[in-house]
Amino acid sequence: MKILLNGEAFATDAKTLDELCARLGFADAKIATAVNGSFVAAPSRGATPLADADEIEIVAPRQGG
Amino acid sequence: MLTLYDTSFTSRLLLGTAQYPSPESLKQAVEASGTEIVTVSLRREAARARTGQGFWALIEELGCRVLPNTAGCRTAKEAIATAKMARELFGTSWVKLEVVANDDTLQPDLFGLVEAAAALIADGFEVLPYMTEDLSAAEHLVASGCNVLMPWAAPIGSARGLINKDALKTLRAYFPDIPLIIDAGIGTPSHAAEAMEMGYDAVLLNTAVAKAGDPVKMAAAFAKAVEAGRLAFEAGLIEPRDMASPSTPVAGTPFFKIDHAS
Repeated sequence: MKILLNGEAFATDAKTLDELCARLGFADAKIATAVNGSFVAAPSRGATPLADADEIEIVAPRQGG
Repeated sequence: MLTLYDTSFTSRLLLGTAQYPSPESLKQAVEASGTEIVTVSLRREAARARTGQGFWALIEELGCRVLPNTAGCRTAKEAIATAKMARELFGTSWVKLEVVANDDTLQPDLFGLVEAAAALIADGFEVLPYMTEDLSAAEHLVASGCNVLMPWAAPIGSARGLINKDALKTLRAYFPDIPLIIDAGIGTPSHAAEAMEMGYDAVLLNTAVAKAGDPVKMAAAFAKAVEAGRLAFEAGLIEPRDMASPSTPVAGTPFFKIDHAS
């Protein structure tokens, strides 16, 4: 299936958001996620199925003003 | 003491963490500033670079309270989702709420700001809204449950100082019990001192320190300016007047003759 990961086309067969994060090497990373514009809390990632054309955001801490 | 949402701080200077020449200069500038609150943000994390992971380790070393922002959000919906990601990421219900209306001025979209603030407060957030100096927006934000307001001095990064002092004075007069923080547009320590002399509770800045020739020295300069301005406010400033008023006693002036006085 093809999703949009952080604004870029990405092919994956990960079934859930949790699985996608793990495959990207983010299992223990300090990240937060959103699917199709809505926040998905860490404990809910396993119960969040991915569908074709989903827009996924994976973010981490960054410098800010 | 500065009290924001039931937490008290000694320093009245809040510092941004962006644009420093190096992580080490950020660290030293934070130390030199004496700040206890630093602003941070969140951005897309690439699987290979993992930029955010290293930055988080640096922030933890600083030992400051973090105030996450929603910089770059253009709608209330984006800001709400970003705030929720920030709350989980940084483990704080504080959010510097930004909803930006225009790329050239980076001015807050006050309508989106009020909408997002109400939704986030209902969800348990403690909102520090980045706003213009608009009184009616301030009233809406306070009515929504904001217990801190952060009006800009001038557009972000412009270094122009307090461009609308009349409105800032009005805001201070209307909200004597709400902590007011000047956020954005400060260019020099004298701008910061001026804001503090006007009775503002604190100053938040980033570019003026980070882009200075020597960020560490500038951070120290701002710390002194903020402290000086606050002391001056507490001491009570004299009123300006049109004509001179001699400070040296007139009585007993040598060679004084009465016609000199007329």
